Amino acid sequence: MGETVIKVENVGMEFNLSQEKTDNLKEYVIKLIKRELMYQSFWALQNISFEVEKGDKVGILGLNGAGKSTLLKLISGVMKPTEGTITLKGMISPLLELGAGFDHNYTGRENIYLNGAMLGYPKEFIESKFDEIVEFAEIGDFIDVPLKNYSSGMIARLGFSIATVVEPKILILDEVLSVGDAKFREKSEQRMKSLLNKDVTVLFVSHSLDQVRNLCNKALWLEKGKLVMQGSVEEVSASYEESIHQAK
Amino acid sequence: MIAEPLINHRFIANFAKYRYLLSELVKRDIKIKYRRSVLGIFWSFLQPLFTMIILTIVFSQLFKSNIENYPVYLLTGKLVFDYYSAGTRAAMGSILSNASMIKKVYIPKYMYSLGVIFSNMVTFLMSLLVLFLVMIATQATFTMFILTALIPIVLLLIFTIGIGLILATLTVFFRDIEHLYGVFVTMLLYATPIMYPAEIVPESFRFIQTLNPLYAIITLFRDSFLYGTFFDMGTLLFATASSLIALALGIGLFYKYQDKFILYI
Repeated sequence: MGETVIKVENVGMEFNLSQEKTDNLKEYVIKLIKRELMYQSFWALQNISFEVEKGDKVGILGLNGAGKSTLLKLISGVMKPTEGTITLKGMISPLLELGAGFDHNYTGRENIYLNGAMLGYPKEFIESKFDEIVEFAEIGDFIDVPLKNYSSGMIARLGFSIATVVEPKILILDEVLSVGDAKFREKSEQRMKSLLNKDVTVLFVSHSLDQVRNLCNKALWLEKGKLVMQGSVEEVSASYEESIHQAK
Repeated sequence: MIAEPLINHRFIANFAKYRYLLSELVKRDIKIKYRRSVLGIFWSFLQPLFTMIILTIVFSQLFKSNIENYPVYLLTGKLVFDYYSAGTRAAMGSILSNASMIKKVYIPKYMYSLGVIFSNMVTFLMSLLVLFLVMIATQATFTMFILTALIPIVLLLIFTIGIGLILATLTVFFRDIEHLYGVFVTMLLYATPIMYPAEIVPESFRFIQTLNPLYAIITLFRDSFLYGTFFDMGTLLFATASSLIALALGIGLFYKYQDKFILYI
């Protein structure tokens, strides 16, 4: 088998779910004096260990609140785990939310540079790919118009176009395949497939089992922050489906 | 590219990777600030100029005998102070105002703070042009010592980054720092000899001036522009030491708590 590109070891993520958020000094001091600083801890993820090999397409299954998004945030570096370690090899392109780094007072052109920079692309790279991004996003004459005058579909298309212009080693997808109208969706799925055919490693979160079966070869099943099962996509998705039907 | 430093916050590799982002953030900050104003970037000249004119009209008669070139005396102090005030305030809000981005994309978080501090530096450097114009208008003497102004400017930048990082960190956990700091800055403005000569403060309260790093920087700045002398070594040493200490504290505090930011924003 290929080399390991993502290694997750005993990862746990703890959140503090205090009923009232103490975010100002006055309350903090009062509560400190009254000894009311309560920390109600909540483990969003516990004891998660798995390895992903180069070229694997891993679907992450689980109900709402199972910890899927938290896991992706940990792997993409947005959050740091409370315990355990995550080791990555290769450039990672997180598509957690399309257009997350857009500035709405900025024009499309300016946003391409800004967003590209946020994803860690060098300037020369963005310049060389600029036309490709614009063309794929079908922005046309709107390129020099501030983003606040765009339709939400246009913003999503631009975001998708910027994020997928690189060929990352590791791609993280959090339900982003449903972007834009039917025509663009077809185009974006095609680009996705062409990305997937290369030996990128993919982590994919979706509520659609069909999509996961279509795109992935392996799967993880999370439930209430714990790893229930991991293995080939057929096995895991079959048991996952079964458990959902039983619960009904 | 190796993604390991991405997680471990290894400074050098990360900084190289996101250097371009920093310049984009600085550019954005400046562009957005002036986008909807007719005079655009000219405001960074006009604003200090008008303030100087108003304050000169108000105070120059008062301190006529103590200060020979009041407009330049005032402007040297005011420009430095305004940069410090604008830079630290912008840095203070930099983490909170970019919360939505921090939650979604991994970027070294200090980039947001550095971005606004640098963009304010750009406007500060442009406003130096006003200082030159006022110096010409008041027939001040230009000396070679103006070149040494680079030293207080670098110290000012370091000091502002340090204090800015401290404030950015504290504000994430305690939002009311923002209001407290507003009061503090007003107090600092009056405690620092910017509008008035240092000598009018009674001996027993002079320690407020000697212990004020910002005033040390302003003094260095005035030595370069106004008095045309070389720096007093003690002042230079104090300004350098306090800037470096502020920077070390800022970096230390920020790095210690930055992983917790996301849980509070």
